[in-house]
Amino acid sequence: MDMPNPSASVIGRKARIVERLQSVLPKDSVISDEAETRAYECDALTAYRCPPLAAVLPRTTQEVAEVLRICHQEGVPVVPRGAGTSLAGGSLPTADSIILGVSRMTQVLEADYDNRFVRVQTGRTNLSVTGAVEEEDFFYAPDPSSQLACAIAGNIAMNSGGAHCLKYGVTTNNLLGVTMVQMDGTIVEIGGAHLDPGGLDLLGVICGSEGQLGVVTEATLRILRKPEGARPVLMGFDSNEVAGTCVSDIIKAGILPVAIEFMDRPCIEACEAFAKAGYPMCEALLIVEVEGSEAEIQEQLALILEIAKRHNPVELREAKDADEAGRIWLGRKSAFGAMGQINDYMCLDGTIPVSELPYVLRRIGELSKHYGLGVANVFHAGDGNMHPLILFDANKPGDLELCEAFGADILRLCVEVGGCLTGEHGVGIEKRDLMLDQYAPEDLNAQMCVKDVFDPQWLLNPAKVFPLTSSESRRHAAE
Amino acid sequence: MRPESEAELAEMIKTADGPLSIRGGATRGVLTEGTPIETGGLSGISLYDPGALTLVVKAGTPLADIETALDAEGQRLPFEPMDHRGLLGTSGAPTIGGIAAGNISGPRRIQAGACRDLMLGVRFVDGQGTVVKNGGRVMKNVTGYDLVKLMAGSWGSLGALTEVSFKVLPTPEATATVILTGLGDEDAVSAMSKALGSPFDVTGAAHISASDPADAKTMIRIEGFEGSVAYRAGELRDLFKAQDVTVETDPTQCAALWSAIRDVEPLQDHSGDVWKVSCKPSDGPELARRLQAEAVMYDWGGGLIWACLPEGTDARNRLGAFGGHATLVRGTAKTPRFHPETAVLATLSQGLRDKFDPRGILNPRVMTG
Repeated sequence: MDMPNPSASVIGRKARIVERLQSVLPKDSVISDEAETRAYECDALTAYRCPPLAAVLPRTTQEVAEVLRICHQEGVPVVPRGAGTSLAGGSLPTADSIILGVSRMTQVLEADYDNRFVRVQTGRTNLSVTGAVEEEDFFYAPDPSSQLACAIAGNIAMNSGGAHCLKYGVTTNNLLGVTMVQMDGTIVEIGGAHLDPGGLDLLGVICGSEGQLGVVTEATLRILRKPEGARPVLMGFDSNEVAGTCVSDIIKAGILPVAIEFMDRPCIEACEAFAKAGYPMCEALLIVEVEGSEAEIQEQLALILEIAKRHNPVELREAKDADEAGRIWLGRKSAFGAMGQINDYMCLDGTIPVSELPYVLRRIGELSKHYGLGVANVFHAGDGNMHPLILFDANKPGDLELCEAFGADILRLCVEVGGCLTGEHGVGIEKRDLMLDQYAPEDLNAQMCVKDVFDPQWLLNPAKVFPLTSSESRRHAAE
Repeated sequence: MRPESEAELAEMIKTADGPLSIRGGATRGVLTEGTPIETGGLSGISLYDPGALTLVVKAGTPLADIETALDAEGQRLPFEPMDHRGLLGTSGAPTIGGIAAGNISGPRRIQAGACRDLMLGVRFVDGQGTVVKNGGRVMKNVTGYDLVKLMAGSWGSLGALTEVSFKVLPTPEATATVILTGLGDEDAVSAMSKALGSPFDVTGAAHISASDPADAKTMIRIEGFEGSVAYRAGELRDLFKAQDVTVETDPTQCAALWSAIRDVEPLQDHSGDVWKVSCKPSDGPELARRLQAEAVMYDWGGGLIWACLPEGTDARNRLGAFGGHATLVRGTAKTPRFHPETAVLATLSQGLRDKFDPRGILNPRVMTG
């Protein structure tokens, strides 16, 4: 992975920069000791590591503004960091950068049930946003699978999704407003408890900008009343094609389940060996979940089962109670853990039009043979967001590179059939160099123009999202 | 000028030597000075995949054509775009490009999201004649910056849209409207908050004030499968059993009730200027009081106020400081149509316009004039 050469001038000024940061932050908020900065050398994409110059852990928006003002004056790159759960290397530091971590900013500032929003500091974890409102039977809808650990700041940076976004949308559809600090230390308020902007939709472009436009310190999030109940049904089919057609038929019938999860045989086998959820051994398995009152659940499930039966399922299993529902989800929820037991794996995140599912799975199978690496597929089938898990051995020289080449081929395949490189994990450094497979240079130029406006010096989260060759002239011009 | 292809449009913009006024059906009352560019030649559905809930359509396509195609598959645009013709007295056929450029939504915005929430991808020509694409045709896509949202609601000031893709949704089998009669504005907003805070998946919550409060109507909509709608209508009726409550289940009646809200029919016959105010729902009644309006209605559970004011009145003066924004939708007031942004945001917005349209020729000052 190519990264720009760190600035010798910045590294040479480390003592002075740290001293200035210490002058505006409490003593325990600045980490500059080399042993301690190692804690921030990578995120969940652990293949790439680089300790930062220093890390700061502010507690307030004002402190964030002070930090950025100093870094702006000193020309120091800043890498914002939520909980460090990015699978794309979204918060990988460079040696000349300051990690700005929001993990100490976890307060709930306001919960308003009449107007259905909550305002939080963005270091708060996704699940604990729901935790703060569930006593009143409300919840925050986006549910990335890392929700126990991941921070709202990172969710906003990556526009995170989850298993339930077919019905509830992703982060951008549930974000009402932010307090953001620009690279020069200016504090901006965008949006709020009201809907839609009065001018350009700046909130819309900030969400998903991977921490490159500003550091979001507070967020106003839409909360929803919990449904009365939810229940999954499990279906097994003897081919991927049939399972794919079944998904499409359910959607065409006017049913909008909250989740449709798809697993292929390698994934089913691994999950079964790991979690013993009692899954049937078949080629493809669907878990479909619906919500509502008891009668509504039954009405929807009856329709879904009727459609499923037309496709000769090898298994149809309705959950009769919470325990059975739990067992249906058990295997799926332990899929990543199960794969981790077998091997090292790389998790991809491309999205495809649902109708292309059978073709794409067939091609992935062929590529798997070509590269000699196993792959298991878990899939948010309702929205086409694939998660192929490529198995490799990190201790075997060359295996990581082979795995990355295989992954890149799968992502190019996703683009080729009308999909995209990443559905919810973000580009980070991981998919940065594939961007020109999806976008023409002028498409990327338009995006980089936005960066030019918000961060003219290109100091925020540098070397992410855009291929280095595409951003080179801008990064140098700013130096 | 009327380009017949994206390439032709790009050439027109590249070679333009003065301001351009981009228009679809010209129904929304935002026409700027400049050489007109009509998008009607860029028309047609490029792709419709009902099983993937995806529609890709050229910007100049009339909304009516899209609705016909979706209806044949039992699907719809979920965000229920307003038709401005009744309120503004315009004619012409609304196009999908105009809807996207204006981020035009309707009552279902509170549940299904705004137009921008359902937009998956765009193609557009920027102010220098460069064709740019962003997003795509899949529901989950975080590949690079989200310029789709930025284009939605930019009223053509960053680029002329040529193609837009949408997430569409099934049209539900049944609908019902729970109607409460005789509530004052505060009580109505409280009732709507209660309904929207219930687990019954409300897809519309509107209140029409009346000079005699006994005539005021508060309406709460639910949609879905028949059994489910009947169940939820019953639960909502129970929730409001202390009030004067009725339930309308006739599909034609329900459609008429909500298209009237969507198109602001109760204000159409009033003379004067029409403003819309987006605010926190519970602030709605107080803000409406400050407006001293001649007629008022609320949508979005109280978070969208439609108000009729005497010609030339600056609603923002009457509102004073508040969280939200006020837009002049119909009228003559010598005040900016869109709510002035704070200095910091205005600088960022102008910075974006200068980047996307350095010559300032695309619908000049449409959002700032």
